[in-house]
Amino acid sequence: MTARLVDWFDRRTGIRGLLHQALDEPIPGGARFAYVFGSGLLFLFLSQAITGVFLALYYVPSADHAHTTVAYIVKEVSSGSFIRSLHVYGSSAMIIVLLLHIGQTVLFGSYKGYRELLWLAGCVLFALILGMAFTGYLLPWDQKAYFATAVGTNILTEVPWVGSSLKQFVRGGNDLGTLTISRFFVAHIFVLPAAIFAFVGAHVFLFRKAGAAGPPVRAQARTTESFYPRQVLMDVAFTAVLVLALGVLAWFIPADLGPEANAADTRFLPRPEWYYVPVFQWLKYWPGARAIVGIVVIPALVAALFAGLPFLDRSKERRPWRRPFSVGGFAVVMLSLVGLGVQSRVQDERDPAISRQLALQHDAVDAFMKEPFEPEVTAGARKVEKAAFVNTTVAHGKDVFAAQACDACHGADARGSESAPSLVGVAARFPNGQLTQIVKTPNAKMSDGGMQPLDAPDPDIAALVAYLESLQ
Amino acid sequence: MTEQTRRSFLGGLLAFGTTAVGALLAIPLARFSLDPLWRTTSGVLWSDVGPAADFRSMTAPMKMQVAIEQRDGWRKVLSEKPVYVVTGGDGRPRVLSAVCPHLGCSIGWSDAKKQFICPCHNGAFAPDGALLSGPPPRGMDELDARIEGGRLQVRYQYFRQLVPTREVLA
Repeated sequence: MTARLVDWFDRRTGIRGLLHQALDEPIPGGARFAYVFGSGLLFLFLSQAITGVFLALYYVPSADHAHTTVAYIVKEVSSGSFIRSLHVYGSSAMIIVLLLHIGQTVLFGSYKGYRELLWLAGCVLFALILGMAFTGYLLPWDQKAYFATAVGTNILTEVPWVGSSLKQFVRGGNDLGTLTISRFFVAHIFVLPAAIFAFVGAHVFLFRKAGAAGPPVRAQARTTESFYPRQVLMDVAFTAVLVLALGVLAWFIPADLGPEANAADTRFLPRPEWYYVPVFQWLKYWPGARAIVGIVVIPALVAALFAGLPFLDRSKERRPWRRPFSVGGFAVVMLSLVGLGVQSRVQDERDPAISRQLALQHDAVDAFMKEPFEPEVTAGARKVEKAAFVNTTVAHGKDVFAAQACDACHGADARGSESAPSLVGVAARFPNGQLTQIVKTPNAKMSDGGMQPLDAPDPDIAALVAYLESLQ
Repeated sequence: MTEQTRRSFLGGLLAFGTTAVGALLAIPLARFSLDPLWRTTSGVLWSDVGPAADFRSMTAPMKMQVAIEQRDGWRKVLSEKPVYVVTGGDGRPRVLSAVCPHLGCSIGWSDAKKQFICPCHNGAFAPDGALLSGPPPRGMDELDARIEGGRLQVRYQYFRQLVPTREVLA
């Protein structure tokens, strides 16, 4: 039965031949765990695509809804926090596995032997994935997203001649705002993924054309083994580790969401996601006029050297210990990035003002995560009257205000009269529940003025306090 | 075991494992996308009309604006709707929608005629909302009302127009 079904498909698609080609590809020197990172990346990308599509069921890319909708996903929707966490941690996992994949390629010299285009396609994918990480980071529109992206896009002004226009183009204006979200959203879910699909196709095609490079030591490559079964099993085992790690992380340490972006918060210290921390630290060393060297010239040089690796390192030699410049250079760059990251962390911890502010920001995130979800209030189409009736508790509070004869002295709209002051803004003077206390037991000054202690059921007092708090 | 059977055994194992893990991962995705199906907090909540005592000794129907709160996914839609509070047979207040069951115009109370009059097509209703004359197919629609903690509350709903029976619109 199965055989006949497969025959039916094979006649029309040639699936057997395709599978045969895919699974029986020869691997010089046999299967190795060193080769699993490419499949791992493919899996992670698909996982990001799937979780991303699902997140888009609830997400709205606009400055006034983005944060609410992400909070809704995290706090209300079933499995929402888990799926968002898979997506958030998946992005970090992609960077890690990407670095492992590149490290293996550099170490094994696998970019050699007519593989320049394969390497370049990989470089483009590297850039696209960093772009995905950068654009995705803004979308939740919380404090850290907002300020990290403000810093990140500010760097563009250092680009000679077109810098400020470039920044305006990316931001959709001078400042970060709702147009920035639209642009980042379009890049994050349409442009970059489409480019990634295309370049993954090219990367895999070029890989199959060139064939697996095998081990760097020629003596080890005498025998070959087909891709299936052992290499497939290793790839699957690695993918299983990724699934498990992401699942456990997402389940036990869900990704957090901070308070909504507030551009007016001048004390907020932006800190990027861990993979951008080294770059962030690097920028600190290039103030003022020298900035162009550190921000544009040196990174451009490093990128050019990196992309040009198969053109510069042209010998047939693939053993890493015989290629000190390419392997050593790569190691130096990676170690420098790690060093910069560590340095950033150490500096933040040593500076008491900074570490205090960072701790405050951390607490604000924790506090926000503990708050219940607050739906966004939208006024219906046929709204007759504004003000007190918008909130039923406040409306009730106004009734209590009248019923308890508060209005006799404080005026019908609590705006004061000859016998008592206005109560507009009174909540600011008695924050955190003091208002409730003060209406029950007025202080000496109030009692002298003739204020009576309020004796009413607690819900009525709560409503009255809500009404007083609404007076702005 | 021959090489061929070992390979197909492995293939079966892989297919089974991948399907099992895939199915496991599909559970949160299904829960996530089906979430609106088992959400009960959405829909119309009870709205406050006013202190029940105010409606105890009415001589004529009272027009009240009630604040309607409706959950719609991640947003809360607030709107205001006019309703009439009238005295029921047992002395308890009843709440009528001001939307005419004919074509949806806003019904007004005429103190002179002691009738509800719909200004659009002259539908007339008794002080208890019963149809007196005109094109409306039924009397004014009564809304679910209750008294909670001394306050009259109402659940605001819309009803199908141009039909003789009161049918709630979702």
